[in-house]
Amino acid sequence: MKFTSPATETIFDTSTVVGKATHRVDGPLKVSGRAPYAYERHDVIDGQLVAYPLGATIAKGRILSIDTQHAKAAPGVHTIITTLEYDELPKDERNVASLFGGDKVVHYHQAIAAVVADSFEQARAAANLITVKYDIEQDLDFDLERQWQQRGTVEPVSATGDFAQAFQSAAKTLDREYRTPGHSHAMMEPHSTLAHWDGDALTIWTSNQMIAWNREALAVTLGLEEDNIRVDSPYIGGGFGSKLFLRSDAVLAALASKASGRPVKLALPRPFVMNNTTHRGETIQRIRIGTDAQGHITAIAHTAMSPTQPGGQGEQATDQTRQFYAGANRLIEHHPVEMFLPESNAMRAPGEASGLMALEIAMDEMAEVLDMDPVAFRALNDTQVDPENPKRTFSDRNFTRCLSEGARAFGWHDRPQTPASRRDGNWLIGMGMAGAYRGSPVLTSGARVRLQANGTVIVETDMTDIGTGSYTIIAQTAAEVMGLPVSAIDVRLGDSNFPRSAGSGGQFGAPSSTAGVYAACVKLREMIAQKLQMPEAELSFSDGAVHSAGEPQLIGTFATDAELVAEDKIEFGKFRSDDHIVSTFGAHFVELRVHALTGEIRLNRMLAVCDSGRILNPITARSQVIGGMVMGVGAAMMEEMAVDRTQGFFANHDLAGYEVPVHMDIPSQEVIFLDTLDPVATPMKAKGIGELGLCGVAAAVANAAYNATGVRLRDYPVTLEKLFPGLPKV
Amino acid sequence: MSPSDVSTAPPSDTDIPCSSVQLTVNGTAQTLTVDNRTTLLDALREGLHLTGTKKGCDHGQCGACTVTVNGRRINSCLSLAVMHDGDDVTTIEGVGTPDALDPMQAAFVEHDGFQCGYCTPGQICSAKAVLEEIRQNVPSHVTKNLMETIPISETEIRERMSGNICRCGAYANILAAITQVAEGSA
Amino acid sequence: MKTFTYEKARDPAQAAALAASHKDAKFIAGGTNLLDLMKIEVETPAHLIDVNGLGLDTITPTQDGGLRIGALVRNTDLAADAQVRRDYPVLTRALVAGASGQLRNKATTAGNLLQRTRCPYFYDTAQACNKRTPGAGCAAQTPGAVSRQLGVIGTSAACIATHPSDMAVGLRVLDAVVETILPDGSRREIPIETFHKLPGQTPHIENALQPGEFITAVSLPAPVGGAQSYRKLRDRASYAFALISVALIRHPDGSGRVALGGVAPKPWRLQAADDQLPNGASAVMATLLEHANPTAANAFKIELAERTLAAMLAEE
Repeated sequence: MKFTSPATETIFDTSTVVGKATHRVDGPLKVSGRAPYAYERHDVIDGQLVAYPLGATIAKGRILSIDTQHAKAAPGVHTIITTLEYDELPKDERNVASLFGGDKVVHYHQAIAAVVADSFEQARAAANLITVKYDIEQDLDFDLERQWQQRGTVEPVSATGDFAQAFQSAAKTLDREYRTPGHSHAMMEPHSTLAHWDGDALTIWTSNQMIAWNREALAVTLGLEEDNIRVDSPYIGGGFGSKLFLRSDAVLAALASKASGRPVKLALPRPFVMNNTTHRGETIQRIRIGTDAQGHITAIAHTAMSPTQPGGQGEQATDQTRQFYAGANRLIEHHPVEMFLPESNAMRAPGEASGLMALEIAMDEMAEVLDMDPVAFRALNDTQVDPENPKRTFSDRNFTRCLSEGARAFGWHDRPQTPASRRDGNWLIGMGMAGAYRGSPVLTSGARVRLQANGTVIVETDMTDIGTGSYTIIAQTAAEVMGLPVSAIDVRLGDSNFPRSAGSGGQFGAPSSTAGVYAACVKLREMIAQKLQMPEAELSFSDGAVHSAGEPQLIGTFATDAELVAEDKIEFGKFRSDDHIVSTFGAHFVELRVHALTGEIRLNRMLAVCDSGRILNPITARSQVIGGMVMGVGAAMMEEMAVDRTQGFFANHDLAGYEVPVHMDIPSQEVIFLDTLDPVATPMKAKGIGELGLCGVAAAVANAAYNATGVRLRDYPVTLEKLFPGLPKV
Repeated sequence: MSPSDVSTAPPSDTDIPCSSVQLTVNGTAQTLTVDNRTTLLDALREGLHLTGTKKGCDHGQCGACTVTVNGRRINSCLSLAVMHDGDDVTTIEGVGTPDALDPMQAAFVEHDGFQCGYCTPGQICSAKAVLEEIRQNVPSHVTKNLMETIPISETEIRERMSGNICRCGAYANILAAITQVAEGSA
Repeated sequence: MKTFTYEKARDPAQAAALAASHKDAKFIAGGTNLLDLMKIEVETPAHLIDVNGLGLDTITPTQDGGLRIGALVRNTDLAADAQVRRDYPVLTRALVAGASGQLRNKATTAGNLLQRTRCPYFYDTAQACNKRTPGAGCAAQTPGAVSRQLGVIGTSAACIATHPSDMAVGLRVLDAVVETILPDGSRREIPIETFHKLPGQTPHIENALQPGEFITAVSLPAPVGGAQSYRKLRDRASYAFALISVALIRHPDGSGRVALGGVAPKPWRLQAADDQLPNGASAVMATLLEHANPTAANAFKIELAERTLAAMLAEE
């Protein structure tokens, strides 16, 4: 199915399943511990061995030798693979740093060996017997601050109008710098893979968000034909971008399995995950805003710097500023800085998450300069067209409704108008808000649907469910189109033997994959129509039956002789991006309290208002949003990959050192979905929601902390000692 | 139920100190030969193939491995199997099955108290124990008066559940699920 | 984790004798810190002596009106004990501020005292650490190192790690006494004040225990009364190690005791600082932290300690 023009009236406009609150179809398996994750596949093959990885302990240099003599002699050890035994493995285009092979080290905990043994205990012990000698490259710079101070000029990412002139002549201006640290995905399931070879054919049971990308990358890196690779990843213990790409767990497991001639499984040890895998890169950002006397933005510039391995882009924190707010004169600059820290790459809402942490404080500051309500200032600068190219319109943008409905629901009018003006006993009370913006990209997505004689439908697609609810919304989609209850749909995901889908990332998964399933179901309906020798349009599908002019026929009867199989994919036309910007919008509101003496911050309540087109399932969509809000709280208040600036690694590399929010940090959360539809987005008029919930949250917290204390923080995370300057003296 | 013999260590390898342990797991007597280094978590997952109990960090930093031993919740990753001879272990598999969910499991489904599902078995094992701990008047960091009966409150639940990290951020829904069960069985 | 042999001790005296007779033996009780460190081979015992079967899990009155806490009393049970809650509430408060419910169900009184530091450079065996390898250096004190969580006082050029226990801070403010048995069967009592050692040039020596010496109990003197409180400051609201913590006992006349956690290699308390309590938080901390030598990243702990004590005094 090609989606080449905006959707008109569709089956989903009168839906009975899609859009209705539906509990997760995979829920009973997950709550009973029966959903199998990658490291648990005792069921798929016998004779599994266990591998344990070893990482480099320098940031950059060459490996002179790896002594495996003692490790090889250790009890239970089958084989050891070391990076020196391989040429540097070819990198897929989506990997920035090398995953394995060769003597070059480019980051701390880069995988350099793996020990294969009968048991986990044996492999781990033997890995510790390996000794490595390095030629360490000295005098490397891991200090982004120094790079920022010494930065030169760059070619702008985009420039519209004459920013410099407009900023200079603006009635009111703001020019501020902001700093965001690196963030770790810290998903609960570490990267894990079980690998098995049958001749030249490789199967991996793994934990990966993007099955097709993973297979392509394996083919490149291991020099295999894609047809000889099967990737299976039905359950994934969280990803947040960390499992978008081929990572060392799969490479090591595959090579170790090849070397040992047995199936091999490997999980990255938790203390290894933060430096071995990817992370959201640190940023330093400068934002300049100029307005007229009434508060209309006339000039806006966003300059950002972020570290990256050579060949990467770093964190593109300026992305949203190109389109979020109006203003005729604009300048966007991005300074990627080569640095041999571990690979900076995508994490949930890459770009926007970091960028809005800065931009939405800047908007708060600018509103204060103007003596305007921050909600009103944002609404005033709403735009329905691409500010860089007014011929492109937003497909459906209801940002001002998010602002106004959120302000009303949250009681924004009752906020402390002056910072540090409201106190309840020992606690200073503050309220803050931020705008949210995140693009809603889509990718081609396919599915196969198999009608069974018993009237059920099996849906197969290599789409993944990383906690997002894919199983459920896909079941709802198929149920809606085929006129069946959700219980009659058997959704099978994450297997590369299934049709290629969008996969999970960039909040493109839900809108793309459901559209792909819709396409396949439409094809199945057409096949049924063909059997009836009637036009599909004259049939209706409901209550498990096909209704035409005559007697309704149970849908299973069309598969009595053999299952009826339809496969199709959704392909999105260029009109979507040529003529439009398809994005999602939101507004976050936070009330918190700050202890007047200690500076401790506690959240009182949070609200998100989201404009994301059709909400496919309000239960799972809400969970995505509150989960994003929790991650935003982490970014605001505690998360920081602590860089050892001399040695060049993240020192707090476990879940005790890198703190993410716990139950006690999270207050009551409310989510409001605007009942919007976006016909340009997909045939189902749906957009992504998985990343919007995170965007802007941290800034709303920082703005609320300012409102509570009068201390304007531009350097995340907002920890208690940074508030001391504004707190009463002892 | 019949006892079963399971080994997580290669019996042929005499260099490795091993021990024999008798456990009751989810009501079934089990005799295991374990490498002394094997944690209770790995004995369950690798030895008994009870993979519902999850390994998130293996260092007591996440709570995904929570099980109850002799009625108390612990992190099974920070406990050696060999030290549990004679103990009674309940894992998520013993709490309920997909067709016969425990009320806490059903409440997690009803309130969408999870997303990726990886921390979920630990959350549920913990949640059941938390309600019991409050009933036993075990104090927590947020207990106001140490000398009075501790009420089951949202704050008490949130504090006591803080040893179970959910990176998907389902905390508010988990709280709703536990609160429902607490009220239903009060 | 290196291989080890394992046995269960029969009684405390035998446990101590066993420990002395095996090279590289360790006692294991709750195991919540020891196993954590064995997995990354910071700890590499060749022999584990499981002391869980020894009893030592009761809390009983002492002749002088105090309490004797068995070494194997779990943190949960100690915190929940009716007498502790009534007479030594600062101890209950300190205990429940630490770790998580699951960990407190396993962790023991003696094991908690013997916890090792959470310094990130101690935990990463590729990093120089004098505590792990005497003479190797202290990566935490090199320029550009990460030190926000680390110590500000009682530290040395060899080590700036802190002791991570909350319970020990409660015990310190209560003047607890550690009771032990030695491999020769003799017993001794070690005041909590002298139990933990400052690093000096020997940061690998963390406490006063001799080889094989086994903790049997911790005793508390008769209740001292007063208003008792414990306040822990951290970046998230629970399940995190302290930036700082404050244990406070305050009598109606304004006198009292103060101990700090999270700032030093041991629970930090000075008599001279206690004496300043009637003069307020600033006076106390000026004395207690007079010789502080923080890093740029953790200097805030000094003001935080002062602010926290002020808050506690104001909130009574």
